Amino acid sequence: MSEQHPHEPHSHHSHEHEHDHAKRALSPIELRVRALEALLTEKGYIDPAALDVLIDAYQTKIGPRNGARVVARAWCDGEFRRWLLADATAAIASLGMSGRQGEHMVAVENTPQVHNLVVCTLCSCYPWAVLGLPPTWYKSAPYRARAVKDPRGVLREFGVELPESTQIRIWDSTAEVRYLVLPQRPAGSEDLSEQQLANLVTRDSMIGTGLPGSAA
Amino acid sequence: MSYQSNADLGGQDVRDAILMEPEGDLFHAPWEPRVMALVVAMGPTGLSNIDMNRAARETIPNYRDLSYYEVWLTALEKLVLQQGVLGDAPPAPKQVLRAELVAAAISKGSAFSRTPAGPARYALGQRVRTIAVQPAHHTRLPAYARGKAGIVERVHGAHVFPDTNARGLGENPQWLYTVAFDEKELWGEQNPKQRSTISVDAFEPYLEPA
Repeated sequence: MSEQHPHEPHSHHSHEHEHDHAKRALSPIELRVRALEALLTEKGYIDPAALDVLIDAYQTKIGPRNGARVVARAWCDGEFRRWLLADATAAIASLGMSGRQGEHMVAVENTPQVHNLVVCTLCSCYPWAVLGLPPTWYKSAPYRARAVKDPRGVLREFGVELPESTQIRIWDSTAEVRYLVLPQRPAGSEDLSEQQLANLVTRDSMIGTGLPGSAA
Repeated sequence: MSYQSNADLGGQDVRDAILMEPEGDLFHAPWEPRVMALVVAMGPTGLSNIDMNRAARETIPNYRDLSYYEVWLTALEKLVLQQGVLGDAPPAPKQVLRAELVAAAISKGSAFSRTPAGPARYALGQRVRTIAVQPAHHTRLPAYARGKAGIVERVHGAHVFPDTNARGLGENPQWLYTVAFDEKELWGEQNPKQRSTISVDAFEPYLEPA
């Protein structure tokens, strides 16, 4: 991140941006963020170096590839699948994923009869431990407003057309329970390895706004 | 005393397109990751709790005009002022998240389950009705699911109660249930048929026997 300043491991702003900033005025919002960070540092509430570590964690370590591992394991291992559906928090923790915004996990399974869709109409509740930071659309008004009332219209916007006979089950995350959709295993994927299967699992398929990639 | 949440969007008539986003696109401005990290790092200080944060966000008058990280920033600024950080005696942080503690803090998280004060009032499969109350404070029962009959589908144990926690009145643990509603119960016969069932996670005080 701060290659030009290897002597400053605790640089509290990404230094690649620092040089850009020298050439132009900071926007009002950048000034607000800097002022707030400076204030909270000065008052002893935050360690700016911790912010760098947090950003790195959510940019490089904690994201939907974690959830994809959970899904692929459930597709390959019936016992794990049953455990995941019975006690998702423990089953997910057994793969080394736990904690912040994943303390109380529930996995919901798509079947030929039922398609699950997750939303947080009140804010942006999302299973960070397995999917990382939520995409902007998940936090946006159109998704939050429509997912509960017009799920088929929403799914169509995502390019997903479900059979009319499919029941849609919408989970509004209004408390601290976090939902992970276990998508249906793609047809023709019998010969794929767990890793290859994980590569078919998309973020959106674990929210319910998408389907996994095709095995072909 | 009135309380207006500008974040309770479920079922509202919002016609803008949903803007798709590839998996790797996490931030859209260089200041956004900083705001995300500031908010997360402030958690352990105990300056506010998650429910106070949500209350601070949803009461921003121009909530709908702001991007989500602008909402987070605005609410954090508000809380910092409210909690007297700029005053003569700023509250001492309970804990400061040091860089070397971040990984452990993330993987530990903070559980919201608590020992229940008494037995659960409702059982799996039971028919219940949500209260039709607009409280004068933060709550987690969305407007679209008020005064509606549904079925208890899951019982999650007792969790911290946002309605009191958001006001600094304590965790006041309450039983938490997943309550599922038929689409007709929520939207009436006029709404185009979706073949859908919608659930919310509802705390016991939000429910009455049906």
